[in-house]
Amino acid sequence: MNPERMISLSTVDLAIVAIYFVAVLGIGFYLKRFAKSGEDFFLAGREMTAWVAGLSFLSANLGSLELLGWAGASYQYGILAAHWYWIGAIPAMVFLGVVMMPFYYISKTHSVPGYLQLRYGPAASGLSAITFAVMTILMSGVNMYAMAVVMKVVLGWNIHFSIWVSSLTVGIYVAAGGLFSAIFNEVLQFFLIWFGALLIPILGLIETHGWSGMVARIQQNFPGQNFTHLWSTLGRFEDNPMGMHWTGIVFGLGAMISMGYWTTDFLVVQRVLAAKDIRSAKLAPIIGAFFKMGVPFIVILPGLLGLAVLPFHLVPESAAQAGQHSYNEVLPLMLARYLGPGLLGLGITALVAGFMAGMAGNVSAFATVWTYDIYRPFLRKQAADAHYVAMGRWCTILGLVISIGTAYVAMGFASIMDYVQALFSFFIAPLFGTVLLGMLLKRVTSVAGFLGLLAGTLSSIGMFVLVKIRPDMVSVIALSSHAKAMAEDMYRALWSCLICISVTVVVSLATKPKPEAELQGLVYGATAIPKEEGAGLFKKTIFWAGVAMGLFLVLQWIFW
Amino acid sequence: MSEKHHIIPVWFFVGLMFLIYGILIFASGLAEWANPPETVLAELHAPVWWGALLILIGAGYVMAFRPRG
Repeated sequence: MNPERMISLSTVDLAIVAIYFVAVLGIGFYLKRFAKSGEDFFLAGREMTAWVAGLSFLSANLGSLELLGWAGASYQYGILAAHWYWIGAIPAMVFLGVVMMPFYYISKTHSVPGYLQLRYGPAASGLSAITFAVMTILMSGVNMYAMAVVMKVVLGWNIHFSIWVSSLTVGIYVAAGGLFSAIFNEVLQFFLIWFGALLIPILGLIETHGWSGMVARIQQNFPGQNFTHLWSTLGRFEDNPMGMHWTGIVFGLGAMISMGYWTTDFLVVQRVLAAKDIRSAKLAPIIGAFFKMGVPFIVILPGLLGLAVLPFHLVPESAAQAGQHSYNEVLPLMLARYLGPGLLGLGITALVAGFMAGMAGNVSAFATVWTYDIYRPFLRKQAADAHYVAMGRWCTILGLVISIGTAYVAMGFASIMDYVQALFSFFIAPLFGTVLLGMLLKRVTSVAGFLGLLAGTLSSIGMFVLVKIRPDMVSVIALSSHAKAMAEDMYRALWSCLICISVTVVVSLATKPKPEAELQGLVYGATAIPKEEGAGLFKKTIFWAGVAMGLFLVLQWIFW
Repeated sequence: MSEKHHIIPVWFFVGLMFLIYGILIFASGLAEWANPPETVLAELHAPVWWGALLILIGAGYVMAFRPRG
């Protein structure tokens, strides 16, 4: 193996990658003619079917960093990593479709900060818009840098070449077609990822003679360690490699982080807002939930197969010496193990597509929030629709330029990814409390919404800083001195959301609520939600929500 | 997918990509049939049947969602 790179691409592989770049640019130019008005550019004309919106909703979160990172996490922690795909996603997606989507859709908002503007006014909306814009662009840059590093390690490509070629391509196709382009390419990426990665678990299971053969080989390679049970090792922090307790998974991940991410992170919610009608908007997250349940097959299973079949042990990134591979390299290693010319190009294209679609998702969400939630309300209130579309196009380019700058800054800080993810979580968990209370309770007031969000965010930052200064405080925040970083994240999210909810409720009781007439279309009890009357059982959202939850429970039982 | 704009459905583009990729992968699988690469389970000739599957799916999508009129 060439020490400079893990994989060498043949001519047919390079042709497959090149065709992808030509295709996304071609699609961007084709869609440019349709992205004329603000609603077209920022919300894809609100005319996506449930399937397109659902797959795009899922793909916005299915970037390559996710794939590589969670495959690596499954090598490190075993099947526990699947919690982030099951309890960490499915209940929240179903909740979004059944409970929250009607309010987002009926209010005709263009974004999550836009909903907060209608429900709470400019203070809460402005706070969430600014935080979201900064975090999104920071994440875009860090993702860009991570992609360039992977391309360098795996393929030996120059870091600057990877950053500039991918950014220019994304910039051109998003600036041309707006959310139309982003959604089209996310759907394309969804299929490429599935068909690029699916052969790894298939061939892996053939090699190990099925699931039981794989488990036997893992036990042989790692005696005394349990990598293949989802819940049975979570009774005590010290019994599993993640240093996690089941309460952290259920209440921190399932009830807070996951609910916050899937129901209030505008990056994913924007895709569902583009649906053509309320039924499609409700059904889209449910469709996404079914496919999300299958993603561990192409992400977690390759990591487990790596434990079974790789002839050497992978190590943490920080401990990797020359000639050793880190956990995060398990997916490329498995690609190289099973895929020859042609198939390897498809696998690499899937990774590149994932990175670029993730970047496109970030910049399109940034352009919308900047234009509609910061620029329009605070800087230029009355302008023609065409002016805001032009602003959106320029924002896309500007967002990418800032992202490139962030990518170069990230090169100087090896651990910046951890910090950015922590920053992102500061905002998401409290926001869920603010949005949920706003949707469910008429009594919640504008000032309470703002103060609750502020208190939740500041307390989350405070807990993070406290543990950095006094590492022993993790035993207070995460309830055990055995808790590791992942567990600390879960409990910090839980406390910050509870603080947000408590402050919001207390301040609401002391302040005057809005008249009910002003809450129509925004709050439960003041909104007439259209019933799905006349539709057959198989067309009802609630039926498919029930099927999704049933399947989710069966998976927990199978892998208990 | 679009009634307002008459946009070619995204499924057509998905099908077209699969068709092109399927042909390339299938052809490369046939070309290396006698001399397979040094990958694990290369004797199963995965590129041939995976390429054929992509061609079938791609052709189906292209036919079903091709622009009309």
